[in-house]
Amino acid sequence: MDAFLLWFDEFWAVYSNLVLTLGINALLALSIWLTLACGVLALANAAFMGIGAYAGALATLNYDSPFALSIGVAMVAPSLVALAIGLPVLRLGGVYLAMATLGFGEVVRVVILNTESITGGALGLNGIPQYTQWWHVLLALVIVIFVLARLHRSKTGRAFEAIKVDETAASLMGVDLRANKLLAFVLGAAIAGLAGALNAHLTFFIGPQEYGFDRGVEILTMAILGGVTSIIGPIIGAVFLTLLPELLRGLADFRLIVNGFILVAVVLFLPNGLWDPARFRRWFGSGR
Amino acid sequence: MFAQQLINALSLGSVYALFALGFTLIFGVLGVINLAHGAVFMVGAYAALQAVVLAELPIWAALVIAFIISGLVGLAIDILVLSPLRKRDAPHLIPMIATIGVAIMLNSAAQGLFGADTLRFPPGVVPDGSIEAGGLHITAVEIGIIALTIVIMVVLLLGLRRTSIGKALRAVAESPRAAALLGIDVEGLFRKTSFVAAALGGVAGVLISLYANAVYPLMGQPMLHKGIAVIILGGMGDIRGALIGGLFLGFAEVFAVAYIGSTMRDAVAFGLLFLILLVRPTGLFGKANERKA
Repeated sequence: MDAFLLWFDEFWAVYSNLVLTLGINALLALSIWLTLACGVLALANAAFMGIGAYAGALATLNYDSPFALSIGVAMVAPSLVALAIGLPVLRLGGVYLAMATLGFGEVVRVVILNTESITGGALGLNGIPQYTQWWHVLLALVIVIFVLARLHRSKTGRAFEAIKVDETAASLMGVDLRANKLLAFVLGAAIAGLAGALNAHLTFFIGPQEYGFDRGVEILTMAILGGVTSIIGPIIGAVFLTLLPELLRGLADFRLIVNGFILVAVVLFLPNGLWDPARFRRWFGSGR
Repeated sequence: MFAQQLINALSLGSVYALFALGFTLIFGVLGVINLAHGAVFMVGAYAALQAVVLAELPIWAALVIAFIISGLVGLAIDILVLSPLRKRDAPHLIPMIATIGVAIMLNSAAQGLFGADTLRFPPGVVPDGSIEAGGLHITAVEIGIIALTIVIMVVLLLGLRRTSIGKALRAVAESPRAAALLGIDVEGLFRKTSFVAAALGGVAGVLISLYANAVYPLMGQPMLHKGIAVIILGGMGDIRGALIGGLFLGFAEVFAVAYIGSTMRDAVAFGLLFLILLVRPTGLFGKANERKA
C-alpha cells in the first residue's frame, strides 16, 4: 500500500495536469455533442470556451471573486452571447451554420486581441491563480453527464432526436425547432464556458490563440471520433485524442505523422466512431 | 496611393481565388470539405522550392512540377481515404475529419523532412524588375499571379461549359447517382477532380510563397481559414463564386489594413462572412436548392 501511495504521488506529480486536461476536454466534447444531438452543426464551442475562460479569469484577477463565483460568471457570459447570436445564426442550415459559427469564433479571437486594456491582447492573461483541483473537474464532469443523460431521456431529449433525424417532420409534429435548437446551443455554450474557466485556473496563462479555428475543429473531432450515438462516445473520443500524442511520445519526430495516420485509420475502419454499441454486440455477442 | 492599393488587392485576391478554386471544386463535385487543401498548398510550395534549389530549374518548370506533385498527392488522398468513405456512404462530416488527419500527416512530414524554419526562394528566381508607371509599382510576381489566375479561371470556366468532361462534371455535381445512371464514369471524374483541385492548390502555394517569399510547414493553415471564408462568400461549390469571393476578400483585407489598421485584417474575412451569411444564408451566389453538405 505504501509502495502504491508512493507510486501514485510520483504519477500525480508528473501527470496531474494531463489527467485534469482529460476531464476538461471531455467537457468540451460533451458541449458539442449536445448541439450535434439536436442536429445542429455549430463550431463556436472554442469561442465560448474562450469567452468563459476570459470572463472567469478576469473575475478572479480583477475582482478577487471566489472560485465558485468565477465559474458561475464563466458559464453565464458565453450563454448570454450564445443567446444573442443564436437567434439569427440558427436559421442557417448544415455547412453554412458550421462556417458562420467558425466565423464568429474568429471574430471573438480578434476582439480579444484588440481589447488589450482588458484582455492583455496577444500577450494574454498571466498569473491566474491555480484554483482548479482534481475534484472540481470530476464534480463538473459528473454533474454535466448527469444533466445531459437526464436531458437525453426527457421530452426535450426526444425533441432533439426528432429534429436531428428529420427537421421537417419534427416541426410538423409540433416540435418547436427554434426553441429547442437555441436551448441546445446556449446549454452547450455554458458547458464550454465551464471547461474554459476550469482550464484557465489550471494552466496559469491564457491567450487568444488557444481558442481559434484549430481548437474548434479539435473539439468536433473528439466528439465525432468517439461516436455521437451515445453520451459515452464523446468522452472516449476526448480521452483518446488527448492521450494519443502522449502515448506516441516515444516516436519523437514521427509522433504527429502517426497521430494523423491513426485519426485517418479510425475514420476509415470504425464507421460510427470508437464507441459503437452495435459493433460491440456484433463482435462479442455472437456466442450467445 | 489608392491605385497602388487596388493593385495589391488584385494580386492578393487572385491568390485567394486560386486557392479557393480547388477547395470549391472538391466541395462542389465530391461534396467534401477538404481540410487537407491547405496542406496540399504547402506541398506545392515545397515541391517548387526543391525544384528551384536542388535541380536549379527555372520557375515555370518548378510551377509545372508543383502542379504535378500536389496533384498526385490529391489523387492519393482520394484513392486511399475519400474513395473508401464514398463506397461506405459515410455522412458528410466523416470525410472532413479524415482530411484533418491527412493534413496533420502532411504538415508534420514536411516539418520532419525540411525542418520547421521558414525557407526562402534564392534571389533571382523571378525577375526582380518592376514596372513603374504613373507612380504605381507593380512587381513581376504580382503580374505573374494576376495573369496566371486569369488564364486558369478562363480555362476552367470554358472547360466546364464547353467540353464533354465539363458537362459530365456538372452532372455529377448535380447528382452523382443520376450521373452514374446516365453512364458517366463518376469515380473516374472524382479522381480527375481531386487531381486538378489539388494541383491548383499547389500552384497557389507556389505563387503565394513567391509573393511573401516564405515557405514553412504550416503555411497552409491560415490560407485554409481564408479559403473557407472565400467559398462561403462566393457560394459553396461555385467556380465564379470562388473568383469573386477571393477578389472580394483580397480587396476587403487590403483596404481594411490601409484605412482601419493592420490588427483588423483577420477580423475582416470572418466578420464579413458572418454578416453576409446572416443576410444571405447560402452565400453571394449560392443556390437555394443546394445539395446538403
